[in-house]
Amino acid sequence: MTATAERRRRATPDSHDYPTRSYDLVKEFVVALAVVTALSLLLAAIFSSPDDKAITMSGWAKADPADVVATAAGELAGTTTSATYGPPYNNASEGQSVLGLKLQKWGGVGIPINSADLVLQPLRDVAADPGLATALRVWDTLQASAQTRLATAYSDALAKAPDGNPARVAPGRYGPVPSLTSAFLRLAASGGLEGALTSSGTFYGGDQTRAMLLLSDGAYLEDQAVADHLGGDQWGMMNEVGNYPGQPWMWLYTFWYQVKPFSTSDNADAQVWALMMALTVGLALIPWIPGLRDIPRWIPVHRLVWREHYRRTQQS
Amino acid sequence: MSTVSTPGHRSWTGAVKGWTSRTLPPKQVLPERQPAYVASWIYVFGVLTLTALLVVVASGLVLAIGGAVWWHTSSIGHFTNSVHLWSVELFFACMVIHLWGKFWMAAWRGRRGLTWVTGVIAFVTSIATAFTGYLTQSNFDSQWISGEAKDGINSIGVGAWFNVLNPAQMLMWHIVLLPLAVGIIAVLHIVLVRNRGVVPPLGDEGKEVPR
Repeated sequence: MTATAERRRRATPDSHDYPTRSYDLVKEFVVALAVVTALSLLLAAIFSSPDDKAITMSGWAKADPADVVATAAGELAGTTTSATYGPPYNNASEGQSVLGLKLQKWGGVGIPINSADLVLQPLRDVAADPGLATALRVWDTLQASAQTRLATAYSDALAKAPDGNPARVAPGRYGPVPSLTSAFLRLAASGGLEGALTSSGTFYGGDQTRAMLLLSDGAYLEDQAVADHLGGDQWGMMNEVGNYPGQPWMWLYTFWYQVKPFSTSDNADAQVWALMMALTVGLALIPWIPGLRDIPRWIPVHRLVWREHYRRTQQS
Repeated sequence: MSTVSTPGHRSWTGAVKGWTSRTLPPKQVLPERQPAYVASWIYVFGVLTLTALLVVVASGLVLAIGGAVWWHTSSIGHFTNSVHLWSVELFFACMVIHLWGKFWMAAWRGRRGLTWVTGVIAFVTSIATAFTGYLTQSNFDSQWISGEAKDGINSIGVGAWFNVLNPAQMLMWHIVLLPLAVGIIAVLHIVLVRNRGVVPPLGDEGKEVPR
């Protein structure tokens, strides 16, 4: 068989050569629009939508004051997640890599954030607090190594204290750190911390990066999420609070985080992204991948779709 | 100033007109007949996806009128948000069924590969659009999802340009950039579908088409 004849044999016929039947596209569209609109309204009326209020710094301070103090001490000591994160916030680490590609590092520090400033900058804006002013002055006179040593010592002492209670911390040399963290707790409880973090120096504060990093550094946000089945190992990325469906279309992305080696890898995010990119490109290129493009021939689901056509052609 | 066209010289307008009519001949835009093999419920899910997208956009426009936080304080706003949410769920359900249907029909045959590719791009872009919606809800879900998602975005080095912790930026992506992308890809996808026609049944390759 010549190549031309082989091509002709395998060629898909022109759809315009087939016998036709009446088909009202506009009617189909209008009916579909009516059905989808009615279903959307019905589902909305029956099930509504979730809207659990955002955690506020004030709420955090009142519900878990020990966590606020521990987080503030960690920010000053440079031991929190954001302090050791790497790009795009700082150069504390290289961040994740995949197949030797240090994409996170190469992205650079585009949103520079000093974790200690998440605590100190809001405190510097507080007026009429002589004790805090003194603590800040002492802190500023210390060398960086002394600041880190004192904050780390206090952070460690908090971890050993019963329930992390600042009032029950063992006596020690912590310098101005306890004064700073307790002032930070007071500021958070007053409700003034959000504004200090998001709109300080600018009237319009639409960027929550600093507030979110601080909140994420604490344990309270994750505790609330885990209690609502939203943890990373609970398929949390695709879920919503309550029993709402969330984003089920992200099941495959979320799935990889639940299984090894990704569930135990330090580079899980980069690895899962790389895998999903590869799978997405593969999905797009199915028409040109031998084997994958032949699956519909091997598993004849299409015989259900075109059963009338096959029955008709068998009869004729 | 107007010029008289000379034989052999084609204006830009004429070239675009010619390309348009070749790409989508008028009789293929809204044909009243389809090949006889187009007789299955699976064909409905393409148009269901499109109409769900229209409900998503319409409810999103109503939400846009009230602003980003209106739906937290208004019962009408909350209901509109619920319509937005459930139309998105329907949109994805229909799209996934449509995608699987086209896979089992090997609908990329007969020079329809680009139609398949645009469909996949539309699917991925829609996921990104919905995702940014979850980030801009300004509630607990937004806080948690953005806090988790930042690690994925940062790990590939683009966190400084696509900052999931910045709801103002994510709102712009959600209501302007990504819907525009989805709309353009959807139009391209539909034009390709109308241009190529509905893929013939598997197994008819090389056969005389039964008339």
